[in-house]
Amino acid sequence: MPNAFWCIVEDDRNGSPKKVMAEVIGEAARLAPGRVEAVWLTDKASEAGLKQLGEWGAARVLLLENAVFVPYRSEVWAAAAADLAAKESPAAIFAPVTSRQREFVARLAARLGVGLSADSVRFAMDGDKLVATRPVYAGKLLSRVTWAKSPWVATLRPNVFRPADAQPGKTASVERPSLTAPGAQMKFVERREEVSTGLPELTEAETVISGGRGMKGPENYVILEELGRVIGAAVGASRAAVDAGWRPHRFQIGQTGRTISPKLYLGFGVSGAIQHLAGMRTSKVIVAVNKDPEAPIFKIADFGIVADLFEVVPELTKEFKKLLEK
Amino acid sequence: MKILVTIKQVPDTATQVKIAADGKTIDTTGITWIVSPYDEFAVEEALRIKEKRGQGEVVAVSLGPDRVKEALRSSLAMGCDRAIHLNDAAWSAADTLATAKALAAVIKQEAPQLVLCGRQAIDDDMGAVTAQLAELLGWPCAYWIMEAAIDADGKTVRAARQVEGGLEVFDLPLPAVLAAQKGLNEPRYPTLKGIMGAKKKEIKDVKAADLGIASEPSQLSIVGLEALPPRPAGRIIQGDVPTAVKELVRALREDAKAI
Repeated sequence: MPNAFWCIVEDDRNGSPKKVMAEVIGEAARLAPGRVEAVWLTDKASEAGLKQLGEWGAARVLLLENAVFVPYRSEVWAAAAADLAAKESPAAIFAPVTSRQREFVARLAARLGVGLSADSVRFAMDGDKLVATRPVYAGKLLSRVTWAKSPWVATLRPNVFRPADAQPGKTASVERPSLTAPGAQMKFVERREEVSTGLPELTEAETVISGGRGMKGPENYVILEELGRVIGAAVGASRAAVDAGWRPHRFQIGQTGRTISPKLYLGFGVSGAIQHLAGMRTSKVIVAVNKDPEAPIFKIADFGIVADLFEVVPELTKEFKKLLEK
Repeated sequence: MKILVTIKQVPDTATQVKIAADGKTIDTTGITWIVSPYDEFAVEEALRIKEKRGQGEVVAVSLGPDRVKEALRSSLAMGCDRAIHLNDAAWSAADTLATAKALAAVIKQEAPQLVLCGRQAIDDDMGAVTAQLAELLGWPCAYWIMEAAIDADGKTVRAARQVEGGLEVFDLPLPAVLAAQKGLNEPRYPTLKGIMGAKKKEIKDVKAADLGIASEPSQLSIVGLEALPPRPAGRIIQGDVPTAVKELVRALREDAKAI
């Protein structure tokens, strides 16, 4: 349908959309009620996954189902999506910030010759134009941007936008547009799985625990992981801790690591250097525990405890356990 | 093998940034400028590839005003062989696509086998130019790479990209574009000899007309910059540890409804 707001589906690689899609669809529906369409490039979509997209509010699902889309390659995805966009003329193309979407939509925008607003945290219509707001300069400022022409291509920071409420029984019409599968230049060799911590992924978690220099060494992260298991939180680290070799880089929160925006952030022994704040300052509730009352993180914390983290963490784990057992 | 590295000069993270009078740009007075950290990983990787192969050329390219020469000079000090400075007022409000078009035009002239970029510049954090370059050139692309190895024939690069839950390894036929993630390598510090030598290396100024690029408005434009809304004042919870922790848990549950 011309003028639709496309939501590019990020899935779990097992045929179901990730729950961040409720946020993308929710925001698109707020801006363009009744004009929300999900566009899904996958090797296999499940029935349950398609149903989920309808319940979240997609009126229509454009399903591009082909083995060539997995594993993801921007050259293949951009070619297929651009062909479809030429036929459908969407007004906007939204996607959540994930490893593949951030590359794919940038490539797609270039192919369509339109602008891109990456990592957006707010949208508003100004007359018939979309204006996006996005953090810049290590999150020290916000930039409002607009497009010269549509489709307006944007990625949305996870955990920022209000998710759509699922409406049981609401369904989307599912269409499978014909597709000339584009050829791929790059060849898949292998996937190397990370050793799973059993905890949520950093950028997707609703609660994130972060350990800084105050953790004193790699062996002490077990106490944070134990707390993480109790409250279902991801465990990350500051640059100081990563550069000291205590945690692998994939756990780094901050400017040269991951940007997170959880509902609850708990920092232990994190001083709050600007480059760390750049990666977490849009968290909704910030808790800081540090021995140093002058630590800059207290300036942006909603709740602070000035104390030794090694006394606070076990106590906190115990109290949360009590609370959640109730 | 010729390798081209794109670099961007950005304000140092610790620098205070203030909104300029036009409301759309930052006031550059007193700003300390650095090479965007991810670009240093790209430069380092290019130098390592050249050193490993025992031959080749590494060309640093940057788009921006006169001050950008300083950033190019520091890349030359690290070991790049020469530099190209895309220096034209026509690009002063360039968005990622306009930047990518200018870079793609240089790449077509230079015809490198590999282009290395940083994962994103830490000023506007778009992270888009690498993929847009790949699209404009019709080349394969891999984002957030943690490893890169060129095969003996110089025909393909094997790159490992960081994704949620692991690494995905691909063979990309050259020419290709890669975006460097932190962890790819440890960038070297320029030596005194490198710094002295950099003064003699060429930095070529290039204008839009030299690339045959017609001036066109940016597809994405900045309406305005705004300061962050201040966070409400926080609360330091007093008392001994068990008391403070009990109060924190209560406040998170009942006041903030965060757990």
